[in-house]
Amino acid sequence: MSGDLLPRILNGETRAAARLMRLVDDGAPRAREIMSALFPHTGNAYILGVTGNPGSGKSTLVNQLISRFRRQELTVGCVAVDPTSPFSGGAILGDRVRMQDHATDDGVFIRSVATRGHMGGLSRSTPAMVQVMDAMGFDMVIIETVGVGQDEVEIVQFADTSLVVLIPGLGDDIQADKAGLLEIADIFVLNKADRPGIKRLNREIRAMLNLHRIADGEDEPYRPVICQTSAIADEGVDELIESIDAHRSSLASGDPAVRQRKRHSHLVRAIARTELESLFSLHTTSEKFQDLIDQVTSGTLDPYGAADELTRWLIQ
Amino acid sequence: MDSKTPTTFRILIGKPGLDGHDRGAKVIARALRDAGFEVIYSGLHQTPESLVRTAIQEDVDGIGLSILSGAHNTLMPDIVRLLGEAGADDIFVFGGGIIPTGDIPALKEAGVRAIFTPGTSTTEVIEFVRQACVDKFSAQT
Ligand SMILES: Nc1nc2c(ncn2[C@@H]2O[C@H](COP(=O)(O)OP(=O)(O)OP(=O)(O)O)[C@@H](O)[C@H]2O)c(=O)[nH]1
Ligand SMILES: [Mg+2]
Repeated sequence: MSGDLLPRILNGETRAAARLMRLVDDGAPRAREIMSALFPHTGNAYILGVTGNPGSGKSTLVNQLISRFRRQELTVGCVAVDPTSPFSGGAILGDRVRMQDHATDDGVFIRSVATRGHMGGLSRSTPAMVQVMDAMGFDMVIIETVGVGQDEVEIVQFADTSLVVLIPGLGDDIQADKAGLLEIADIFVLNKADRPGIKRLNREIRAMLNLHRIADGEDEPYRPVICQTSAIADEGVDELIESIDAHRSSLASGDPAVRQRKRHSHLVRAIARTELESLFSLHTTSEKFQDLIDQVTSGTLDPYGAADELTRWLIQ
Repeated sequence: MDSKTPTTFRILIGKPGLDGHDRGAKVIARALRDAGFEVIYSGLHQTPESLVRTAIQEDVDGIGLSILSGAHNTLMPDIVRLLGEAGADDIFVFGGGIIPTGDIPALKEAGVRAIFTPGTSTTEVIEFVRQACVDKFSAQT
């Protein structure tokens, strides 16, 4: 089954692609080989990141976006990330429930991914999953991730256009978080616009953007914009598509090499980090590690010296 | 979940057909998650076609079907057949819901691997699923 996956994937075969994604997720050594052979076939898909609080309507919105892209005769892949339970290592991946309109459409490939132990909320295999869809020839690839933390920042930077979904009524306590969103959002989507508090939210985000503009000067090539949607009622989605197109055009007018470089630097970092992490977990379960701990416990080594030694093995 | 198998098993829990009751499906989904499985939940009112495509996209090991509408005698065999047509007959199918015991032999004949009648403990379901996943995994390597 796993022999010759690559030609089958390049041929657009879902089953082969789905199997490679599984191998990647499992950290199988042969996945790495196939991914590296697959890389030259990537770089054609347009990558859209969708992030935001749990329950903010990301999947409902993605479902509507997929419908719009399909009407434009674009094929769409979607990687939907949900958290792994820290207790059992299992997960319930439910994003698809809102996207099943597209379950029998050949032009749509949806893959659910669990974070698998990366507590921050992002699956380390997400970039590879996106690349597999890219190599299969999908025009658009959408990444849905929960929450807005450091990991989301990372994945969103991997996207060409990043949507941050906010909803009214979450209160002032998330204001601090919103400041961090400025760096990653190309478009703020204020979803659940049918709910009370939407005007206030709009005002707050607008004020925040204006402050930022004053601090930064006016010469930025692109400024984040605000879109208001009611994903469930399919309202405001056409305007959102226009904003996505506008951002896309602003990228197209820039230097493509700069964009590529940005994506590649995130990719290399993600791959290297995954490798360091697996090395790290290998070393921290080794006898040598136990030996170091023994030395710290008996007082012949301090924790800093032990950590130095551990780091030295890691990079050897 | 199991240190002997370098994979996390994945199961699709599907609700084909018209009935709108997903409590049973959700109970099984949660029990499987708590036992360390990755569970993809389809939502209500799926067709055999949509479930088979979902199963393939998600590369699941098995599909669990919850059917309360009485349509199990057509829906379950349809799903097994479509999996076969898609070259995915290594994905096992099991089911539960309101299924008369008299229907079970024919369903098994059609390729459904196990039917759990109301009152079966979730432990029993999990044990079946785990074993079926392990068997599938060893068959493919
Ligand atoms: N009132 C209202 N409800 C919405 C809207 N969009 C989504 N919802 C509802 O919000 C709930 C969560 O929607 P999802 O699309 O699952 O949200 P999500 O952000 O993908 O959730 P997670 O993936 O679990 O983080 C569902 O009950 C939706 O029906 C909207 O525009 N207005
Ligand atoms: Mg979701």
